[in-house]
Amino acid sequence: MAVKVGIPRTLSYYTYHPMWKTFLEELGAEVVVSNWTTREILDQGVKEAVSEACVPIKLFHGHVMDLLGKVDLLFIPRLVSTRGRKVFCPKFLGLPDMVRYSIENLPPLIDVRVDLRNGRRELWRVCCRVAEYFGGGFLRTLRAYLKSLKALARFERLLRSGLTAPEAIKAWGRGMDASDVISTGRGKQCKPDLRFAVLGYPYEIYDPFVSVDLVGKLRELGVEVVTSEMLAPEVLRRQSARLGKELFWMYSDEALKAAYHFFEYGGVDGIIHVTAFGCGPDSMVDKMMELEAKRCRQIPFMSLMIDEHTGDAGVRTRLEAFVDMVRRHERSLPGGGGPN
Amino acid sequence: MKISFPHMGTSPIAFKMLVRDLGHEVVVPPRPSTRTLSLGTEYAPEFACLPLKILLGTYLEVLEQGADTIVTTGGVGPCRAGLYAELQKKILEDLGYEFKMVVLEPPRWGYLDFLRKLRFLKGDRSWSELWRVIKKAWSKVKALDDTEKALHWVRPRELEQGSSTRTYQRALKLLDDACTEEEIKQARLEALRMMKSVPMDPDREVLKVGIVGEIYVVLEPASNLDLERMLGEMGVEVNRSIFLTGWTRDNAVLDSARVKHGVTVKKAAAPYMPEMIGGHGQDSVGHTILYAQDGFDGVVQLAPFTCIPEIVARSLMPQVSRDYDIPVLTFFLDEQTGEAGVRTRLEAFVDLLWRRRRKRAGAGLYKPVASPAAR
Ligand code: SF4
Ligand code: SF4
Repeated sequence: MAVKVGIPRTLSYYTYHPMWKTFLEELGAEVVVSNWTTREILDQGVKEAVSEACVPIKLFHGHVMDLLGKVDLLFIPRLVSTRGRKVFCPKFLGLPDMVRYSIENLPPLIDVRVDLRNGRRELWRVCCRVAEYFGGGFLRTLRAYLKSLKALARFERLLRSGLTAPEAIKAWGRGMDASDVISTGRGKQCKPDLRFAVLGYPYEIYDPFVSVDLVGKLRELGVEVVTSEMLAPEVLRRQSARLGKELFWMYSDEALKAAYHFFEYGGVDGIIHVTAFGCGPDSMVDKMMELEAKRCRQIPFMSLMIDEHTGDAGVRTRLEAFVDMVRRHERSLPGGGGPN
Repeated sequence: MKISFPHMGTSPIAFKMLVRDLGHEVVVPPRPSTRTLSLGTEYAPEFACLPLKILLGTYLEVLEQGADTIVTTGGVGPCRAGLYAELQKKILEDLGYEFKMVVLEPPRWGYLDFLRKLRFLKGDRSWSELWRVIKKAWSKVKALDDTEKALHWVRPRELEQGSSTRTYQRALKLLDDACTEEEIKQARLEALRMMKSVPMDPDREVLKVGIVGEIYVVLEPASNLDLERMLGEMGVEVNRSIFLTGWTRDNAVLDSARVKHGVTVKKAAAPYMPEMIGGHGQDSVGHTILYAQDGFDGVVQLAPFTCIPEIVARSLMPQVSRDYDIPVLTFFLDEQTGEAGVRTRLEAFVDLLWRRRRKRAGAGLYKPVASPAAR
């Protein structure tokens, strides 16, 4: 029987899942993903993790709990750096350690260290180390590696064509195109007449439970959503010059640069920053966005904090109010009207 | 140019002299007060860590007093401290202040940038003059640290509560007044002599507790409600894992960890936390282990609320504490932390430590270790 490898459905899941899934399956493993976040999973996490941790880290603990007993191995790589010189939040750097010492009866962890600052070849080395757990030979590993790179590239193309990460993962899994998803998968919604940038970490924005289905709610209100993952890397890179000293953390850096991009070039009618309760880096990101928003008053800005008690009704009310405000604001602009 | 800088422990005494020696005016940052904190809390983001808030409050105070240049340190992360200055500058400029912020990044990150900033700070002094005054300031920092270490030893043994703290204040004044290399040397000796002459009972049995955690809250008593003093007056000799002299040495040029027992702190921490996660998370774990091996009775971990590396460290502490059989008490400090709460928890902790020691002594496990007297 195939070895069962568990992947928690949160944190880097929304950024790298297709790649790891492909790789592990090519090596002959069976990949088991934890369930979509529920109240129980979150509560479990809150119980197991240190109480001072941020919500996403607690949630990660919950997803690990959800996999207990169902898998032979847990895939929790130590993500240090994957894009340029940027690093992950220090909590990612300590993630395998936190999990190991907070949760009992764990299956063995695959906690390879992923640090690609020394060039692309590092990734190959990381993959070889993962392959050791499955005794994959050289050729098999190489084939799995190449396939997983292709999977990642395809997934990222899907994201760039305007899909959210869960949509893109689904489309990728079923071999669909972005247009298929957009035409069939999105259910009832009116034709969007507004366009918002929703910025924040993928694991907050795309987790329907954590974000209280923010994206879906906005779409119902007639808002088209863009996120930083939908922007090309060059677009973000162009913003480097405007930051005095760049943020060190990859996700935070991307969110902030996306905000700067939209404040500079427009193209959206509003910007929402989704921030997690207790998140360290966010306290800086949010303040910097707020200061930038003050300078560019043409684009309304809202920051939305999400914690373990965030309720559906509360978020809906705030979104509705914000959308109304943006509509009023649009009308008051010279030439008033819809988006350009 | 009117220069000011962050307030961290006793270091302003040395930096003040340095700035004056360079021929600039100085605005000495006041010891952080409730007002400092509420100013900082008002303008900093809610989940910013405590040090950022206190520093922001301090900057607002020194700008009010007419400072036009703030010198501070940066850092390369991966923690937030490296970005403090950037954000604080934006916030202060948004409030309408005009000033210059000189952020000294560790020289190994870029010697040119470092030199350019030094050139700016040195004004019209020569490079050799600059070197001389820095060396002198360094001697003062060392003297300050030595005096504080003596205080840690004397305080739990003093006969009259509060007497060592009072003497310490006088000793600081003495060090503050010393201006030349020779005067600093004399003042140091005199300060240590004063500390030793506080009426005390050198044979009193005391507990030994190590202090680990994030550098700012460990070094700045105003941010930890004078926890060292509380502990000292409960009959506990504290040993602090971080001193300004130790930290600067680590951070300035070499990337070396201090060596103790032939094991570096990083190595000690490695089985639990193999990754440098920024801040002092790894050091907290490493020092806790070394304290346990040195026969300390317990460890207190100090961390700002939402402090990322210390949260990671905190989640490993229960295991470390079990494996090495050493009690660890963690405080997450924020603007709402009150003295009474801290005191209650400390008292309970000290009780626990005494009970443990009695029990181990009964079982023949505990042999009192003589602590070296204050030098
Ligand atoms: S970036 Fe923020 S939310 Fe994400 S793990 Fe770090 S502290 Fe938590
Ligand atoms: S180490 Fe802690 S206190 Fe220091 S910057 Fe990082 S989060 Fe803030």
